[in-house]
Amino acid sequence: MSRTIIRVENVVTTFGNTLVHDHVSCTVKENEIYALLGGSGSGKSTLMREMIMLNRPHSGTIEVLGHNLESITPSAAHDLRRKWGVLFQSGALYSSLTVGENIALLYKEYADLPATLIQELVALKIDLVGLPRHAIDLYPSELSGGMTKRAALARALALDPTLLFLDEPTSGLDPLSSRQFDALIQQLRDLLGLTVVMVTHDLDTIHHIVDRFALLGEKKVVAEGTLAEVLSIEHPLIDYFFQTERISSYSKETHGIQG
Amino acid sequence: MQSTDPATLSIVSDSSHTLIRCSGAWTITYLKDIAAQLESLQPTSPLTWDISGVSKVDSAGIALWHLHKSSFEKKGLSTEVIGGRNEHLRLYHLLYSNNHQEVSLPKRPGWLHTLGRETFLAAQGIGNFLHFLGEAFVILLYTLRHPSKIRTRAIVAHIFTTGIEALPIIAISAFLIGVVVAYQSIVQLQKFGADIFIVDTIGISLTRELAPLITAIVVAGRSGSAFTAQLGAMKMTQEIDAMKTMGFDPFVFLVWPRIFALMIALPLLIFFADLIGIFGGMVIAQTQSHISFSEFTHRLQGALPIKHYIIGIVKGPFFAFLIATVSTYRGFQVSLNTESIGRYTTKSVVNAIFLVIACDALFSILLTELSL
Repeated sequence: MSRTIIRVENVVTTFGNTLVHDHVSCTVKENEIYALLGGSGSGKSTLMREMIMLNRPHSGTIEVLGHNLESITPSAAHDLRRKWGVLFQSGALYSSLTVGENIALLYKEYADLPATLIQELVALKIDLVGLPRHAIDLYPSELSGGMTKRAALARALALDPTLLFLDEPTSGLDPLSSRQFDALIQQLRDLLGLTVVMVTHDLDTIHHIVDRFALLGEKKVVAEGTLAEVLSIEHPLIDYFFQTERISSYSKETHGIQG
Repeated sequence: MQSTDPATLSIVSDSSHTLIRCSGAWTITYLKDIAAQLESLQPTSPLTWDISGVSKVDSAGIALWHLHKSSFEKKGLSTEVIGGRNEHLRLYHLLYSNNHQEVSLPKRPGWLHTLGRETFLAAQGIGNFLHFLGEAFVILLYTLRHPSKIRTRAIVAHIFTTGIEALPIIAISAFLIGVVVAYQSIVQLQKFGADIFIVDTIGISLTRELAPLITAIVVAGRSGSAFTAQLGAMKMTQEIDAMKTMGFDPFVFLVWPRIFALMIALPLLIFFADLIGIFGGMVIAQTQSHISFSEFTHRLQGALPIKHYIIGIVKGPFFAFLIATVSTYRGFQVSLNTESIGRYTTKSVVNAIFLVIACDALFSILLTELSL
């Protein structure tokens, strides 16, 4: 049985008078690619922000890598932050620094390393995410959408995290780039032994690389599990999200009968 | 995970062989001392790396090891690695797959190169500014043929923010300038018993030079920076691009209303500063030299020819034009990063103040030559 990396239990979140999460629970296991799926305003991004300590839930517990986020000490929180990498939806690269400086910043702040080693590490990370070397000296405003995502991923991977959070990694990318990005994430998970948590509504991503996911809707987790497990549940929201999925599996069945 | 012992390195070397034994956690936290140790290592004999004691490694550790291994190899020393563990080798192969190229530190350009580039950029900057002015005037000529396109409401709104809202700060600045000039002059004039000439000093120096200059500098700092920041923010959020696609010319909608508004507001502010500045002088003249207000105003009518006052006011539109054009031009230069908005706002204020002072100097020379 693999270790539990993140455990969310009975989380309630409110913004003013609006209830966002009504006793939401889910678990992420080691070395899996886990997705939070849901429509706009279903609170999936908020849930991820609570996992990375940007927002606080109203009640309920969230445990990340064995730390309870509610009672965590500042120094433990600091250590925890070094163990994860976060890829924001728009990249959130520091716009006044080049891509190389964006990555090098973490090495400069967290370790006192010689300049040649930092340069080497930056180049390694750039190679790792499949960016061309000349991208190191470009500013974020000079990058295309796909390159921005890759550069932000390189920065998220800078300190060799064990846990990677991705906020809509494939949004704004063309279908081909999306699949390439999915493949890259899967490859990194396999090679570096990462645990990946992502917010997405890209059904292809769910289909191809996600191991398990939680479908959020009506302020709750409607279903959690593998794609097959979720599809076996009868719920209007699942029907709504996976219409095409069901149609295609249905047509496969009928073709099977004909053939 | 018992493996949090720091990384260590022990070197056994003799004339025929060097053994480097690595152990502990080669992770980013512990690499500082090791890096220094490896840096100072000058091996002369074939090397063997024994990495069997390495409990844990991350990409920083691997990069450090690879850098030194390849630098030793470049010196012609053969290297051998023993005791590599599978999980470490896997990470090594992931990072250094066969398409890895060497990295070299970027070279710093020499001072001549920097000087040349800066000179070129400065010349280019002046060219760009002239280009901006040219485009603005072409658009102005077009707009003047279609007067209905003049954005009167925007002009009035900008007069309010750059003129009316600036009154308190202008009042304080001008009053204090009047006080300072009066104080300094009265000390000198009393030595000759020529106290009454304080009126001439205050009247001429304030209306002709000080009030226009101080007002223009305050306005450059206040409205010039605001113009740059406003246009810069609009540029960053692509609002200016949106306006262009809808056929709203940014010069008609954004630049000229600001220039016109400031050209109207600044002379009025100068007039206001004249009044307050002279009042400041009057207060000091009364307290220090017992020259009453009525005596002061009576003397002022004779001592201050109208031409000084007019020269001061006439400078206003010129100063305003310079401040508004430079600050809007700098606003359009803002690029898509958060730092540039601050950088160009600073540049805009510095340039505007410099241009105002330069223009004032030009006025001084010109008017003296014309014996005005």
